[in-house]
Amino acid sequence: MPLLEILTYPDPGLKRASKVMDTFDDQLREFITLLERTMRAGPGGVGIAAPQVGRFERIAIVDVSAKKKVTSHGRLVLINPQITHWEGTVVGREGCMSVPDYTGNVIRAETITVQAFDENGGQHEYQCTGYEARAIQHEVDHLDGLLFLDRLVSHKNDLFRRKKYK
Amino acid sequence: MASWYMVTLIGKDQPGIVSRITAELFKGGCNLGEASMIRLGVNFTIMLMAEFNGSAQALTTLMTPVTNELGLHLHLDSIDGKLHQHETMDVSITVYGADRAGIVADVTKELAQAGLNILELESSVGGTEEKPIYIMQIDGHATQGVALIEKAVEVIKKSGIDVGLNITDVMIG
Ligand SMILES: [Zn+2]
Repeated sequence: MPLLEILTYPDPGLKRASKVMDTFDDQLREFITLLERTMRAGPGGVGIAAPQVGRFERIAIVDVSAKKKVTSHGRLVLINPQITHWEGTVVGREGCMSVPDYTGNVIRAETITVQAFDENGGQHEYQCTGYEARAIQHEVDHLDGLLFLDRLVSHKNDLFRRKKYK
Repeated sequence: MASWYMVTLIGKDQPGIVSRITAELFKGGCNLGEASMIRLGVNFTIMLMAEFNGSAQALTTLMTPVTNELGLHLHLDSIDGKLHQHETMDVSITVYGADRAGIVADVTKELAQAGLNILELESSVGGTEEKPIYIMQIDGHATQGVALIEKAVEVIKKSGIDVGLNITDVMIG
């Protein structure tokens, strides 16, 4: 199966808001298989959203389990995801398959609660924190037509906030 | 054929320098690459990559009226463009302490030995004239792994310098 082509900025599709999904069928599951394969083919890709491949539906996949020292729920298929709770803020560095060769600092909520459907229409609620929460917020942004470039903060912002003393 | 130049400008800071300079370069047909502008003390400093269809002499001639008017010192170097070859930053180190000679050299020597390739370094002197404090932030790539940098930071800490290490795991999604 070939991989899906990733739209890169300035493709106007990346600024488009995606539609809510209402059917959970084989065609959807087939698309998710392809989307996941495309995500895993990207170097270091831990998340992907359907609009990144030109399908403007509220579908995203996140899997940060390959990262060491990161708490995660493993592979998450997030259909119509809704973040219902945010807590704390943290600055971290992000990149995007749709914005090659650039990374920048973005403020995200440290902990979130997200509700979403899986590819079979099952409803779930996840409590996510840190790196995983960051990935989900990044993907949900894609569904709303937002890029991490819309949320960049000055690197000076994190001078003391990010410091870790033991 | 167009060539890339590193344009360095230094002078007394005043409002509007960046817009005047970049407008002049644009009118002269330059394509701008990456740039870094920072105020050091009361001094304006900028280094910017400019792609220009002509010689260094011609670029100097183009810029001289505006740099003279703004009282800026201009320096040009012929360089490789080579955009889109960024190294990924994976550690950032913050150092602060009472201002003292040798702090930058001491810290960077230890980090260099641990394989740190510095991508960005910025330092400021805060505090007061009587009691200055020194704050430095380094972003870099740990070419021999993060563990060696962690060790180096411990060594720096033992020498009495306040230092913090943040390991940056870039999230790509
Ligand atoms: Zn992205």
